[in-house]
Amino acid sequence: MTAALDVSRRSFLVGSAAAAGGLALGFNVPLTGDALAQTTPEINAWVMVRPDETVVVRIGRVEMGQGTLTGLSQLVAEELECDWSKVTTEYPTPGQNVARSRVWGNFQTAGSRGVRDSHDYMRKGGAAARQMLIQAAANGWGVPASECTVAKGVITHSSSGRTITYGKVAEAASKLEAPKDVQLKDPKDWTIAGKPLKRLDTAEKLNGSQIYSIDVKRPGMLNAAIKACPVFGGKLKSFDAAQVQGMPGVKKVVAVGDNAVAVVADTWWRAKTALDALPIEWDGGPNAALSSESIDQMLKEGLKAEQAFVGNQAGDVKAAIAGAAKKVEAEYGFPYQHHATMEPMNATALWTNERCEVWTATQNAEAALATAVTASGLPIEKCDVYRQNLGGGFGRRATSHDYVRQAVLIAKEMPGTPVKLIWSREEDMLHGHYHPITQAKMVGALDADGNLTGLHMRISGQSILAGVNPQGLQNGRDPATFQGLNPTGTEGVLGYTIPNLLVDHAMRNPPIPPGFWRGVNNNQNALYLECFMDELAHAASKDPLEFRRKLLVNHPKHLAVLNAVAEKGGWGTPAPQGVYRGLAQHMGYGSYVAACAEVSVGDNGVLKIHRIVAATDCGHAVNPQQIAAQIEGSFAYGLTALLYGEITLKGGKVEQENFDSYQMMRMDEMPEVESIVMPSGDFWGGVGEPTIFVAAPAVLNAIFAATGKRIRSGPLTKADLRRA
Amino acid sequence: MVSLTINGTVHQVDAEPDTPLLWVIREQVGLTGTKYGCGVAQCGACTVHVDGVATRSCSLPVSAVTPEQKIVTIEGLSPDTSHPLQKAWLELDVPQCGYCQTGQIMAAAALLQANPSPSDEDIVAEMTNICRCGTYNRIKAAIKLAASENRG
Repeated sequence: MTAALDVSRRSFLVGSAAAAGGLALGFNVPLTGDALAQTTPEINAWVMVRPDETVVVRIGRVEMGQGTLTGLSQLVAEELECDWSKVTTEYPTPGQNVARSRVWGNFQTAGSRGVRDSHDYMRKGGAAARQMLIQAAANGWGVPASECTVAKGVITHSSSGRTITYGKVAEAASKLEAPKDVQLKDPKDWTIAGKPLKRLDTAEKLNGSQIYSIDVKRPGMLNAAIKACPVFGGKLKSFDAAQVQGMPGVKKVVAVGDNAVAVVADTWWRAKTALDALPIEWDGGPNAALSSESIDQMLKEGLKAEQAFVGNQAGDVKAAIAGAAKKVEAEYGFPYQHHATMEPMNATALWTNERCEVWTATQNAEAALATAVTASGLPIEKCDVYRQNLGGGFGRRATSHDYVRQAVLIAKEMPGTPVKLIWSREEDMLHGHYHPITQAKMVGALDADGNLTGLHMRISGQSILAGVNPQGLQNGRDPATFQGLNPTGTEGVLGYTIPNLLVDHAMRNPPIPPGFWRGVNNNQNALYLECFMDELAHAASKDPLEFRRKLLVNHPKHLAVLNAVAEKGGWGTPAPQGVYRGLAQHMGYGSYVAACAEVSVGDNGVLKIHRIVAATDCGHAVNPQQIAAQIEGSFAYGLTALLYGEITLKGGKVEQENFDSYQMMRMDEMPEVESIVMPSGDFWGGVGEPTIFVAAPAVLNAIFAATGKRIRSGPLTKADLRRA
Repeated sequence: MVSLTINGTVHQVDAEPDTPLLWVIREQVGLTGTKYGCGVAQCGACTVHVDGVATRSCSLPVSAVTPEQKIVTIEGLSPDTSHPLQKAWLELDVPQCGYCQTGQIMAAAALLQANPSPSDEDIVAEMTNICRCGTYNRIKAAIKLAASENRG
């Protein structure tokens, strides 16, 4: 998701014009509120050691359940040679990052890039700190640093046997100059990284003590509930504040921008109660007639359109299809999906004409800061954002900080009073940034021997980039549309070698705000391609595994994960009675993934997903048991979308308003997930998302094996799975 | 004023009678371990015990609870995070984002209270709380681990 990275960087700079000068000048941001503890000097930006030997690792990325605090700390601790049991973590604020010329790098936590984009500078931070701590000890003893060794935070002078701990020399080390070059360990020598260590942040999640953004309390804080125009692009016409101003706890009723109204009260429940009673008139605007049917027509036209952006091309696909012994065609679709984080959007803001502070859950605190700067009307050095724990992210909190903008606008109406804005679940459902909708027309050419000689994959539908950052388009083309289908690169390469190939995209952008949603465009790209490969294999009367293997010979890493799931999944051996298998493979976010699904379908058409065997080659596996947790979770998220996920529109408004109409997979539907973590060692790939790509296609292919039915679009609640 | 017994302490709170118990616990009483997820008893993030029964507090008006009824929230499940389920959750590293986990633990605690040796079928029948991170398999394993340790 390189595009997303650019988005945040660009919107950060665009959203805060003052930042450009500020970065160069290195101005001081006053440290107030929840600023980092400054009593202990830092060794460097990444590492601080307290006198009690606690090692504080500063983390630029954010924890949202994916284990990045633990994984990144393992990498630092590995190089630092500290005692793992003494490690804790801390978030610098984006204001501090800006003030220190972005010493902590990019805060964007998306695209499965927490570890794969941060490992180098964070390991170097750990290694540099180790050298400085050893040097400080050596200076104290008057011996060369080369005569000293360290283990678990205890430095030893080999010949004299003297020892001293990190905590004792930390202050002296903090005054030393940072080394220019550091040597990183060979991963084969790792003792902390690469091990299945427990997470650092579990205990507080078990007793209610972990504070999420929604739990923030500030002195004198009030609470706000909000409604924005339910029709996308619509406006607030009027509201009658007098009707609710006397209700219990109500302090103020305020218009928020041109499309929303909020009630501020002493408690959130009272704010929401008054908001529900508030007479509001909306102006639906230009999209008031938009419906799922009209969007479907728009996309159907794109499937046939002459003009399309090219993502991958080889040979002459038209000629190959024209000359095919057998032509196979199918149309697929992928509906809008909602992130539905368990914690609805919320933010707490405090505004005065001197300063604006925000406490919130964000996947990109720098973008949140840029939003706060714009909304507050204050210069960037007078604003900051304090990162809180996220009750889920999945991409929703990565690009759009609409909830931060609203919270600051409301707080501006109450100078000096902190206000916590919480979206109701209904507000959250109606104002998402949805996984984009697309369709695909697949045409394959087989020769007389059943070899795939040509493939045309026409994608029609919405571009995320066009919605969130149109400046990032390349001559109108959205490169992220082709995730996992690219001819080259390290991010997501098509594994199949097909002599005549065309992958193209007819961009059709309905006026629905799109967003990055766990897996992003890989979700539909893998579904379209991997289900169609299954169709082609059957049309060629070949085994789906053998059919794929032949086409993957030039891409051994793609092939290796597929072989691994086929072997462990028992492909080619008898399945239990009534159980059928399906396969899928894909590459994205730098990692190679595959799955073998086992399902059964009852005579009544009821689907049971029994077992998933999933493999990932992520290059280096920093914490294998956390990778396994991400793999398990990715199937819950991906299969929820397949089983239930569909956001529909009527009258320009989303029809699903809560979990009763937008269902989630629960424990009774969760399959067993067997993970194969098989890092091949010469690259760094992501782990938070990749296995989600293969969840839906592996299950759909197994459903075909069970029923003979090709389901080419979710959700399965709409499909009749009874055998024909 | 409404009188409530929460985690063994009697609280006098200023709340309208139709206020959901969830919001009284979070706002008036100030215990935020119980979470808001949906407000319509679908997700279970707000699960507390009322006289030992797992209850979705977002949909229970505070007027429906008598002062004598014993409400237990996650903060009152054990004094030092030592409930067998909390220990099992820690042992198996169950949570990801963690937002739903307090509700999951409260639902599981009521399950084990009523059925100390639940089968897999018993567990999936009772554990209907939503987890978007997808920790279901580890939750199931942790319940079984806690149940087995309870039996000694």
